[in-house]
Parts: sequence; C-alpha cells; structure tokens
Amino acid sequence: MTDPAIVASGIGKIFNRNSDNAVTALTDIDLSVEPGEFVSLIGPSGCGKSTMLRIFGDLISATTGSVEVFGKPASQARLDRDYGMAFQKAGLFDWRKVSANIELPLELAGWSKDRRAYRSQEMLSLVKLQDFGDNYPWQLSGGMQQRVAIARALSFEPKLLLMDEPFGALDEMTREHMQVELLRIYREAGTTVVFVTHSIPEAAFLSDRVVVLSPRPGRVHSVIDVDLGVRNEDTRESERFFRATTEIREALRSVEANS
Amino acid sequence: MKARFAPFWPPVVVGAIIVLGWEGVVNLFDIKEFLLPKPSSIVRALGDQWTPLREAGWETGKTAVVGLLAGVVMGALLALVISRFAWLRGSVTPLAVALNATPIIALAPIFNAWFGITDFRSNMAVVIVVVFFPVFINTAKGLTEVEPNQIELMRSLAASETTVLRMVRVPNALPFFLTSLRLSAPLSVIAAIVAEYFGGPQNRLGPFITQNASFSRYANAWAAIVVASAIGLALFAMSAVIEKVSMPWKQGDPAAT
Amino acid sequence: MTAVVRSGLALPSPAPILRALRRMAAGAVAMAMVAVAWETYKWMGGRTNDHWPGTSFGLPVRTNDLVMPHVGTIWGALWDPVQRGRSQTLAGFLFQSARFTFNEAAMGFAIGTVIGLFLAVLMLRFSTAERGLMPWINISQTVPLIALAPIIVTWGRGTFLSDTQAVSIIATYLTFFPVAVNALQGLQSPAKADLELMRSYAAPWSQTLWKLRVPSARPYLFPAFKLAATLSVVGAIVGEISAGVRGGLGRAVLNFATIYSTGPEKLYAAVLASAMLGLFVFVLVTGVERIVDRNQNRGESGNTTREA
Repeated sequence: MTDPAIVASGIGKIFNRNSDNAVTALTDIDLSVEPGEFVSLIGPSGCGKSTMLRIFGDLISATTGSVEVFGKPASQARLDRDYGMAFQKAGLFDWRKVSANIELPLELAGWSKDRRAYRSQEMLSLVKLQDFGDNYPWQLSGGMQQRVAIARALSFEPKLLLMDEPFGALDEMTREHMQVELLRIYREAGTTVVFVTHSIPEAAFLSDRVVVLSPRPGRVHSVIDVDLGVRNEDTRESERFFRATTEIREALRSVEANS
Repeated sequence: MKARFAPFWPPVVVGAIIVLGWEGVVNLFDIKEFLLPKPSSIVRALGDQWTPLREAGWETGKTAVVGLLAGVVMGALLALVISRFAWLRGSVTPLAVALNATPIIALAPIFNAWFGITDFRSNMAVVIVVVFFPVFINTAKGLTEVEPNQIELMRSLAASETTVLRMVRVPNALPFFLTSLRLSAPLSVIAAIVAEYFGGPQNRLGPFITQNASFSRYANAWAAIVVASAIGLALFAMSAVIEKVSMPWKQGDPAAT
Repeated sequence: MTAVVRSGLALPSPAPILRALRRMAAGAVAMAMVAVAWETYKWMGGRTNDHWPGTSFGLPVRTNDLVMPHVGTIWGALWDPVQRGRSQTLAGFLFQSARFTFNEAAMGFAIGTVIGLFLAVLMLRFSTAERGLMPWINISQTVPLIALAPIIVTWGRGTFLSDTQAVSIIATYLTFFPVAVNALQGLQSPAKADLELMRSYAAPWSQTLWKLRVPSARPYLFPAFKLAATLSVVGAIVGEISAGVRGGLGRAVLNFATIYSTGPEKLYAAVLASAMLGLFVFVLVTGVERIVDRNQNRGESGNTTREA
C-alpha cells in the first residue's frame, strides 16, 4: 500500500508561547487523510482550522506532535513541492499576466519556457479561461481570478491540495459553479484535497469526510463520512445531500452548545 | 490615469489666467519691477541672459541629476538590505523617518566643511541626502508590505528568500519606488539651488539668483527661477514616463492611482 | 466594536506608556550608535592619516578636529557662553532661536493648511477646478520659490508685511501642497455605497462633506500634516537664511558657518538644533493625531451605546 497522504499525530499549537497573551490554538489533533481523499475542515471562527491547514503545509510549525505527508516529514514534502495552495484571496501577482501567474510554480520548478506555455494553456482550458491568458489579473472578475488561483495551484500536479476558504469571497451562484468545477478538476487530476470552509452545504457537497472542529482550544469534535456518489447540480436537491448537511449542522450545534 | 481621458483645456486655461492675471495686476496697480516683474519682462530677461542662464542651468542640472541618481540608488540599495534583515528593519526605519523630519538642507554648511566650500561635491551631497530618505522609506515599505498570502504561496512552493525577493518583493515595491522617484525628482533641483546658496562653484543658478537679486535685477532672478522650474519639470515628466512604461500591468487599471 | 473596548478602559493601559518608553530608549540607542560611529571613524582616520585602513584610498571626509569635532566638544560647547562676554549659553541661544523659527513655521503651517484645505474642497466641488488646478499645484512644487526668499522679503517691505511674516509665506508655500493633495484624496475616498447612502437620505452636499467625507479624510490628513509641519520648518529655516532675517535658527546656522574655523562645534550644535526642531514638530503633530483618534473613538462608542 502507498503511504497515507497526511498523518497528523498529537498536534498542538500555542501562539505567543512564553508571553502573557499566549493562546492555545490547537490541542491533541490526530487525523489521517488517504491519497485521493477530499477532506473538509469545518468549525466556528477561531477553532484553528486555518492554523491546522498551515501546519499541514509546513507554513507554520506545530508546538507539539508531528505531521507526516506521504511518509515524510511535512518540511520535506514542502521542499519536494508536494503542495498546491489556494486561499480566500486569490493572491494573484498584479504584475504578471494570467498565464504567467499559472506558470509561477512551474518557473520555480525549473520547467522550460515552451513546456510552461503549453501547460498553462492546458490549465486555462481546464478552468475555462482559454481566452484570458494575456490579460492582467485586474481585468478579471473575482470568480475568474479565483479560478486562475486554482489553476496555479494545480499547474504542477501537486500531490496534495491545501485550500483555505477559496470560495469564501464569491457569490452563491459562482460558488456552486466553482464547487462543481473543483470536483471535476479534482477527479481529473487525481489529487488529495484538504479544504477549509465555513459553509455547511459546501463541506457536504465536496467532501468524502468532514472534520468538525470545536474552538478554544481547537480540537476534533467529530468526523462525518459523506457519500453522495457522483455529484452534479441535482445532488444539491437530493435527500442524501439534505441528510449530510443536517448531520454536519447538528454536529456544529453541539459544538456551539458545549463551548 | 484620469488625466489621460480628461480634456487638456482646463490646465491651459488656468495657466493662461495665472500669466495674464499676473501681467494685468502688475500693470493695473503699477507695481514696481523690483517688487514683482511682469511675465513679459521675465521672458525678455530670459532672452537677454540666455548664455549665462544656459550654462548655470546645465551645471545645476548636472548636480541635481547626478545627486538624484546617487540618492535613488543608495536609498533603494539600503531598502533591499533592510528588507532581508528584520532586526535591522526595526531600528533603521524609525531612525530614517525621524531623520526625514529634519531640515536636511541645514546640513549644507557642514558638507561645505567636509568637502570644501568651492567643491561641487558639497552641493551634490545635499541633493543625495534629500533624495535618499523618501526613496529609502518608500521602497522599504513596498518591499516589506507584501500580501501575506503571496509569501505563504511562495513558501509552500519551497521558494528561497532570494527568489521571494526577486519574484514578489521587488515587483511589489516597484510602484512605491517609482512614486518616490517622481516626488524627489523636482526636489533634487530645489535642493541643489538651496545648497548653492551656501557655497560651491559660482557659475550656478543659486548664485545667479542671489547676485541678480542683490543688484535688484529681479527679472533676471525670476528668469533663473523659470529655468530651474523647467529642469524640475523635465525630471518630473521623465519619472512619470518611466513610471508608466515600467509598469505595463497598471495600464488602464481603475484601481491604480 | 474595538472602539468600545478601547475607550471602556478607565485608565490608560500601561502598554502605550511602555511602548513610548521603548521608542525613546530606541532613539537614545540610535543616537549613541551614531556618536560611537562618529568617534570610531574619527579615531580610525587619526590613526591612518585619513586613509582606509591598510589601503592608499583616502577617506571621503577628513577627520581632524576642524572638520569633525569630538562629540564631547559639541556637547560641551552647548553650555559655554554663546559669545565671549555674554552670559547666555549656546544651548539657551539655540533654544531661543528655535522658538523664533517655530513661530514662523507655525504661522506658515497654519496658513498653508487653510489654503490647502480650501483648494481641496474647491477641487472636490468642481471637477473642472480639479483638472485645471491639479497640474499647476504639481508644477508649483518644481518652482524653487525658496530661492526667491530675498525677493519676497523686499516685496514684504514694500507692503505691510514684516520680515518674519515674509518668511512665513515661504513656509506656507511648502506647506499647502501636501495638504491639498492628500485632503483631496481623502475627501474622495468614501466608498460609492456610502455616498449613495447619503444620497438616499437626501443629504445636501455640505452634510455629505461634514458627516462622511471629512471623517473619511482623517487618515489621509495626518500624514500630510506631519509632512507639512516638517516642511514648514524647512521653509522657515531656508527663508531666514536666504532673506537674512535675524533671530532664528537659519540665521544661527549661517552665522556659525561664517565663523566655522574658530568654532566648528557651534555650527554642528546649530544644525542639531534644527534637526531637533524638525523632530519636535513631527512629534507634536503625531501627538495631536493620537488625541484626536482617542476622542473620535470615544465619540463613536457613545453613538454605539445610544443606538444599541
């Protein structure tokens, strides 16, 4: 068997340690994610879900515990460029054209110019922005920019995609459309996704598993399996979708009641 | 950006009102030439004094331009160094802000003592210091105030600090740097002239103004002011063009100012 | 919400005081470092006969006591009589000169601010005025009016202006520019939605100005005021120098420059005093900004409680 995508054991995170305003953000997190799995992290504000994502991505280090990604320490996985990241703000570079933004990770990985150009064209059609490669980011709408950010995250086929509320700033219709797109891209690329969100329907629609976190300090409250099979726009009106959202909603309510 | 689509006549009309109003007021109230010369007298003086003015303008312009370039390079380089070392940033940046609040032009006599009272370097040093601080402060700001997500993205892609500097911080700082260049370009001419008041070679605009003013030849002094303004404007316009050309991604962006 | 919390505290929390102390300590350390660097450079030059150690490259600045007096000499000179036979110390003399210059600068700052704000509102109200005036406001700063100080003083003498008022005019000329530019930017800063809200209340232009545009301009105004304050000092000092006005720091710098060979430390002290005056007005405006910020927050929190 291949190594699991993520094995996090006993993770804790304390910010401003050794000072008066020390904050325990996470405590005792155990979680493993299988290759090819789509896992969402959901919970009230301040439950440390973004912190958790950043620890998985080796952007910040955990105070206690360890993270292994594909059988190696997270720091090694980062150096091996196993991660693709996308954030709530698209975070495109104003000074690069859309295609150059998508090519950024490829440039860092030392791809040749021709190969990069070919690849960015492929990615542009994947996110349905074929005609926008030569535009600057400001010429695109918020939803289009977010699609470019996702194309950038996927351009080098990272083994693990870490997404921090990437659709948080989009309107509802764009958001639902982007979810369908993301699932299509995810299936075609065959990657593993960890997805932070505030939205119950979004978690239910996208995920194989939803991890519900409780706040202060952040810990895993429960893990909910979701199996909606092949998903399309009709799925949102199905009985199974309703049951999944209800289950997540009730878990979140009990989190609220306990905190 | 707005200016590109705006009609060009309002500034022309305002300019005409200023010049004609000036001429008219001087004529109407019979103001003596030694108090306020008419624009027409200034134009005449410009023609009469063209040979010395051209030489003085050329020399002062050289001091200003070389000082401007040196100050810009030094300010930008120090900003690059500072951006790499957080511990330096904490102490140097506030110090620079404080020093920028001081009347740097008062340093001119000290530079005379350092480099010699008739040496052009005394004047140039004033220009360099005057230009240095705004360029340094602005560039350092642009290099450090980068969107955190962009730094995180680069880190997740295992980019080195040098790569982050080259691919994120420097392009991010470019608009800040170019703004400071545009603001300090006319400043360099003014700094050169005021420095020339305190010393330095005599065939410059500063001494030209003082000498003519002390003989009450005010139209000549004003003509020198016009030359100085023209140099300042030319430097300003050049910086503005550099600003446009070197940032194609800002072309037509309504958010860009 | 943060405003409510902040003003809810009855006593000022120790944090800002600590921060201010730390900043002052950092400033003292920085000054000490400059002094040490100065003395080290001077010592090194003395040892190597003004060359970089181990090379034949000359140092850019000579290190003898005439060009670079000891830090201690400058400090000591502050407490000596300013002139043989006078009881006033150099420090006292410089303080007196600084007050004189401060008055000129303050006058220039006040008038320049009023003119700058007036121009900003004018350009806000009439977009043709903005298009017509803005290029000239920019061009005005390329005119070295500062160099015209002697003319302005003569001009003043022909009318009702005193010499110091003429110097204030030069300070005014430098001051109005940042105020006009930033104030216009600040007054134009409210979001479209906020302007539409005022429109939906049928608020007249003047109310929109006072209740929306002016408060939104505040963060733009104070940086401009800080710049304008320091520029007003520059204008006053340079104006005094070139106009030959007696009594201020500019004149002190000029006088000590002419007797440099008999007492270089006096010129250094005068230049340092000018720097201190620049810093002082900067800190003064920053302090006013803090007070206005605090009062503003208190006002806002008052509104919140009433509405709640």
